[in-house]
Amino acid sequence: MSIDDKAPAVRVTDLTVAYRHRPVLWDIDLDVPAGKLMAIMGPNGAGKTTLIKAILGLVPAAAGRVEIHGKSYVENRHLVGYVPQRGSVDWDFPTTVLDVVMMGRYGALGWIKRPGKREREQAVVALEKVGMADFQGRQISQLSGGQQQRVFLARALVQDAQVYFMDEPFQGVDARTELAIVDLLKELREQGRTVVVVHHDLQTVQDYFDWIMLLNVRRIASGSVSEKFTEDNLRLAYGGRVDFLQRKAPADPGPDETGDMRGYGRIRP
Amino acid sequence: MSVPQIEILAIAMITAAGCALVGVFLMLRRLAMLADAISHAILPGIVVAFFLTEDLASPWLVIAAAATGVLTVALVELLSRTRRLKEDAAMGLVFPAMFSIGIVLITRYAGNVHLDVDAVLLGELAFAPFDRFEPGGHDLGPRHLWLMGTITLINLALVMLFFKELKLATFDPGLAASLGLAPVVIHYGLMTMVSVTAVGAFDAVGLVLVVALMVGPPAAAYLLTDRLSVLLGLSVLLGALSAALGFGLAIWLDASIAGCIAVGVGVVFLVVFLAAPGRGLVAELRRRKSQRWEFAQVMLAIHLLQHEGTPAEAEESRVDHLHGKEVGWTAEFTRRVVAGAVRRGLVERDAERLHLTELGRVEAGRALSGTAT
Repeated sequence: MSIDDKAPAVRVTDLTVAYRHRPVLWDIDLDVPAGKLMAIMGPNGAGKTTLIKAILGLVPAAAGRVEIHGKSYVENRHLVGYVPQRGSVDWDFPTTVLDVVMMGRYGALGWIKRPGKREREQAVVALEKVGMADFQGRQISQLSGGQQQRVFLARALVQDAQVYFMDEPFQGVDARTELAIVDLLKELREQGRTVVVVHHDLQTVQDYFDWIMLLNVRRIASGSVSEKFTEDNLRLAYGGRVDFLQRKAPADPGPDETGDMRGYGRIRP
Repeated sequence: MSVPQIEILAIAMITAAGCALVGVFLMLRRLAMLADAISHAILPGIVVAFFLTEDLASPWLVIAAAATGVLTVALVELLSRTRRLKEDAAMGLVFPAMFSIGIVLITRYAGNVHLDVDAVLLGELAFAPFDRFEPGGHDLGPRHLWLMGTITLINLALVMLFFKELKLATFDPGLAASLGLAPVVIHYGLMTMVSVTAVGAFDAVGLVLVVALMVGPPAAAYLLTDRLSVLLGLSVLLGALSAALGFGLAIWLDASIAGCIAVGVGVVFLVVFLAAPGRGLVAELRRRKSQRWEFAQVMLAIHLLQHEGTPAEAEESRVDHLHGKEVGWTAEFTRRVVAGAVRRGLVERDAERLHLTELGRVEAGRALSGTAT
């Protein structure tokens, strides 16, 4: 694949998105180097989902430019994989697990061409990867929340993208599924791919991610987790809820992180 | 059956098939009410085109109606995007406005010609055989048969050709857009199909039936399958069946054909709603009932397990204890639960004494651990 190695995987410049006259994102600049696993974090209404949607061209931008590996999104669309929020689709839709996963190949297939044996095989491989191979014939309404998320992830895997955007992949999944997803994301990173994740749990940032963007309508900070995931930046991003945050910020060692502490400090939408 | 009757039946069944094909996607997009809105709102387009061409058979009517239908959808979206009102309210505002413009135009300027309000609402299916398709003087059959046949074939071809795109744009428009499969184009394409189908169907079967045929058969088929392709096929079949059923009813009662077909749609839906395996009402009730018995049997097994090896075992495991004061079951209920539990191999009965079997112990344990986690 001919990808511009020198350009960042994602480059956003001066991106502004407004609903009517209310700005949702103000003048966002962002570079995500290739091969990073990045969390987008910020309080409710900070514009995390909107940022992803604007990058993908799903909501119109008032200003700004997006580049994927050095080219415009439209030119490099084939390099991008997208995992929307689980709740954004109707899980009563009359279709099977395998069929949903095959949808990840529709972009590569282009218009009119139907998925065939090859797409089916790719979908099965992806389902095996997420531990859902036994469910391939299942009607999607029979899946639990965690299983739905795994199916969405398998669908992203068959896209075989270089840059993934995932909107809250840990939303409403059990701890086991969360760890399985994290392993998968790390595997993608090891293959040199870039993964951008909307994330909520301050507790797990350092375990899961190596790159972070803190967002609250404006970009508060972006860079490596070790440099930018600081109490000051969190205070800037989350504003008034500082007391609550102080215990989590790395500047303060706080109580030992035991298993019981997991999920504590999770900021819910 | 006479030849005109066969022709009427054919028109009705083909119209039903064409309506069902687009109706499935309207239903899955939760836009079933849009069938109502579009089919009524296209009226001014039809009327204006009719004034200009003075010909109800003109293809301009179809084109004008399709344009009006798409305009309606665009207006509804424009209104709801102002966020001053919700989409259903926007629909409820736009479509009566459009429809009433059509009605005013008809009653003011065309009251004495072929186009009148009754015909628009209920159609003139009974007269359809008199309206012939005669290119160059050759009689090739009723015009409506050709019109609806063509529209239904176009719908079928488009659904087959763009099956994958329609499916993805309906299930996950976000992904479709990110993949470059233009869900907005698909959406307006579908709305154009709905408009064209509605205008083709309206002067044969009337607007009311268009709505019934677009909503009823897909809703019924949805209870019978969980595959989109099967859903489409079943909707077409159930639509055609409803049409045939309604037509038979109309002949029997000597009543309005369109009205009877709408009744046919309702009857078919009701039968499926009641009798569908799995998702029907009867199956649901039966499932609930058997769950109730299974639950009682497991309850019995747990009761026996709790007292197994305790001093009270001899007393607690007596059948008459179960319909005594402590447990509070009726004698009849106890008899049936015990019989069921014995049949399932959960307990063994030794006169009045019940003994848990190994299977019963396993089932009771599983039920207990199930509630524990």
